[in-house]
Amino acid sequence: MLNKYPLWKNLLILLVAVLGFVYSIPNLYEDDEAILLTNESFEISESDVNIATTALEAAQVNFFGMEINDGNMIVRVDTVDDQLRAKTALEEAFTSDYIVALNLAPTTPAWMQSLGAKKMARGLDLQGGVHFLMEVDMEAAIERRMQDNLSAVRSILREERIRSRAQIADDNRLEVAFNSSEDRSRARSEFIDNFPEMQFQNREVGESFVLDMILTPDTILQIQRDTLQANRTTLMNRVDELGVAEPTVQQQGADRIVVELPGVQDPAQAIRILQRIATLQFHLTAQPGSPRSSYETYEYVTPEGTQIVDVSNDVILQGDRISNAVSGIDEYSQPQVSITLDAQGGNQINRVTRDNVGWFMDILLIETKSRTNLVLNEDGEEVEETEFYEEKRLISHAQIQTALGRQFRITGLTPREANDTALLIRAGSLSAPMTIVEQSVIGPSLGAENLQAGFTAVQVAAVLVVLFMLFYYRVFGLAANAALILNILLIFTVMSAINATLTLPGIVGIVLTVGMAVDANVLIFTRIREELANGAPPQRAIDEGYNNAFSTILDANVTTFLVALVLFTIGTGPVRGFSVTLMIGIVTSMFTAIVGTRALINLIYGGKKVKTLSIGKYASAASTADAS
Amino acid sequence: MILASEIDFMGKRKIAGTISALLVVVSIISLAINSLNFGLDFTSGTSVRLNFSESVVIQDVNNILADNGYQNAVIVQFGTDRDIRILLPVDEGIEEANQAEQALAVGETIAELMRQNTSVDVLLIGSDFVSAKVGDELAEQGGLGMLVALGIIMVYIALRFQFKFSVGAVVALAHDLIITLGIFSLFQMEFNLNTLAAMLAIIGYSLNDTIVVADRIRENFRRMRKGTPVEMVNFSLNQTLGRTLITSFTTLLVLFAILFIGGDATRGFAIALIIGVVIGTYSSIYIASVVILMMNVTREDLMIPIKEGAELDDTP
Repeated sequence: MLNKYPLWKNLLILLVAVLGFVYSIPNLYEDDEAILLTNESFEISESDVNIATTALEAAQVNFFGMEINDGNMIVRVDTVDDQLRAKTALEEAFTSDYIVALNLAPTTPAWMQSLGAKKMARGLDLQGGVHFLMEVDMEAAIERRMQDNLSAVRSILREERIRSRAQIADDNRLEVAFNSSEDRSRARSEFIDNFPEMQFQNREVGESFVLDMILTPDTILQIQRDTLQANRTTLMNRVDELGVAEPTVQQQGADRIVVELPGVQDPAQAIRILQRIATLQFHLTAQPGSPRSSYETYEYVTPEGTQIVDVSNDVILQGDRISNAVSGIDEYSQPQVSITLDAQGGNQINRVTRDNVGWFMDILLIETKSRTNLVLNEDGEEVEETEFYEEKRLISHAQIQTALGRQFRITGLTPREANDTALLIRAGSLSAPMTIVEQSVIGPSLGAENLQAGFTAVQVAAVLVVLFMLFYYRVFGLAANAALILNILLIFTVMSAINATLTLPGIVGIVLTVGMAVDANVLIFTRIREELANGAPPQRAIDEGYNNAFSTILDANVTTFLVALVLFTIGTGPVRGFSVTLMIGIVTSMFTAIVGTRALINLIYGGKKVKTLSIGKYASAASTADAS
Repeated sequence: MILASEIDFMGKRKIAGTISALLVVVSIISLAINSLNFGLDFTSGTSVRLNFSESVVIQDVNNILADNGYQNAVIVQFGTDRDIRILLPVDEGIEEANQAEQALAVGETIAELMRQNTSVDVLLIGSDFVSAKVGDELAEQGGLGMLVALGIIMVYIALRFQFKFSVGAVVALAHDLIITLGIFSLFQMEFNLNTLAAMLAIIGYSLNDTIVVADRIRENFRRMRKGTPVEMVNFSLNQTLGRTLITSFTTLLVLFAILFIGGDATRGFAIALIIGVVIGTYSSIYIASVVILMMNVTREDLMIPIKEGAELDDTP
């Protein structure tokens, strides 16, 4: 029993240790609180710097390191308090076309930055972030449901060959006018089966027999609830998809959603992500000779050129019926976008497309954007006024090749188009448009002080554990401690590498992992002591100890890993943060506690004659001999 | 750590079983009657946004609120040092539907309070009723996640060990979670997001402990030629006792450090985990093994030809 690792194994461990060190060290460098000054139209100049300096000095802000970087100015300040005062001062000093944003400036040395080593982002609970209040346009959601119903009503009337005129009145009432009361009662009995969510009312206007259909109050409530829920989910997924980790997306009141993006100190960046507020509509291309009022004309821009398309006003399908859209490659290796609808969406699209094979279907992306204008109020002062407007874009114009169902695909695209279209469809499957009604940057809260204390506590605890291990397991404890430290470094390295955000639940995950990493070593060392107590020579005791403990450690870690994986798949927000750290920690601790300590023990004891091991006290061979 | 004399754990399993059953029943009754004292993360509340004419110190605002009977307020600075947001727990006496109207009144009361107690002018920007931060969705996710996780654990343990061990591990897990939640309910300690994270950690810890013991039981059932199942389980528990105690000790070392120096934010987390670790340690000795024994585990159960050798080759 030599207990020696081959050179490559030792070198590998050394390499991992060095990488762990380099890539986790940036986390020790506290970012400087800073203010970012930018201007949308031009670069920040020296004269702006002078204005800023004067303003900051007048406001008695403690600042240092004012620099111009890529046309933006960064001012580093001493404290959060200074940062907020500096923001106020600069906002007063500059006109409103300048953007003054709270920011954090890295302090990592240049050589680390050049290696790509960066700090982990911290959650809103550890550090401030951007806060948005978004309002969901419920009226639009209800209008859209009525549009759906109108299309369905028309197609039923066509199928039943009942002559009538259907339209939506201002108060979201669906009005169907018939020529005779027989037609009306026939249609009504047909509708009652098809629209359980509507209330019906007969009315006579002059010569025509009118049927009024309105949504029941329960249905309206349900639509509002569903819409908010759908918007929330989509927002959450979109923010996730764009790499802002652990956002808070919370409901406020009946039609508002609060979005908090931790770690993001630049609201402009977040707005770019969130303002892609969009909805989708599927339409047919208008038949030639349709009345001018029944279609709108759009430009369809493709790499091959621009095409003019007349899109019918009838909506086949709304974006909220889309479950998923992915780009991929079809069986002929051609790019495609596969779209999956929900059951009702499948029925809707089938009804329309089966009668229109060979004709064209169009997808419109409707984006709600806002622009700020300066207007004069009644006192003659200039005030900012935000105006919202819709921008419609034709993102797909494709020939219907067969009656479509719940799953269909769009082919004949370039790979780039397929990708863009899938992304746009996913982003657009929000069930109602939203607008940002309030935005702000949150400074660190009162809890930050508590968290500092929390960090100190974890450090103190780590020192206590290290001392205990050293006292209890002597030289072996030393190896375990080295492994423990490497493990923490590796967790930070991996988390930084995958751009994870550190949150309080994340720290909790690390604490648990540290506990379990020590546990692996306790298991191994207890086994080695047992072997020694049973009279095994030192080298064999080491080998047997590691071998026997391995399956226990493996089983314990695999089960915990599975739990973490389930939590990650199902959970969002804090649950995810916790499970990511736990999973990373399990993998790194398996490496450090087993391979890492073994390498050190081998270096110390391996390949030579050893009489005793420095592993603390163990009983003599006699007392537990009955074990075998 | 090898003990000079063996402890007869299994001899006292009836007493332990009774105590556990009692604790679980009390916990469930308490959860049913008292529910949990949910923090602002889980319940609804009122969000009041204020603008001060001059810089404001958060601690002062907090003191004013506390002096006037607004406990547990969360205060956040909002963009500038003159804007703050105050989150207040919801008033239990008011119906959900009226909360939104009530929020406005609360906002005005607080703005007035600030005007009286500070020398600066205070503007009420807005006050809203805020629904639960995590709310229904997380509760749903948590419940579903727990079930799926339990299922997967059972399958894994059934494959690696034996089905009877699956039942043992899951019962131990449920035991630990129910009693920890029960203690939180009984003493009405605040249950917030940190405590939730602690609950998840308890799952990991409890499982880890149970698996270590189960692993020894499996090994001894395969190795030892003589002895009744009770004796073999007892022997296994004694063998793992040293490890169980040391691991619990080091974990508790960390947790007590967090409890005493960690400050308010992590206190709930530390308390939850301390309870969880103590109960988890106990349950790994008494619950999992007793359940395995109650299901009449035999040597044959564990004699499934598992290629132990194949794994050992992976050992470095």
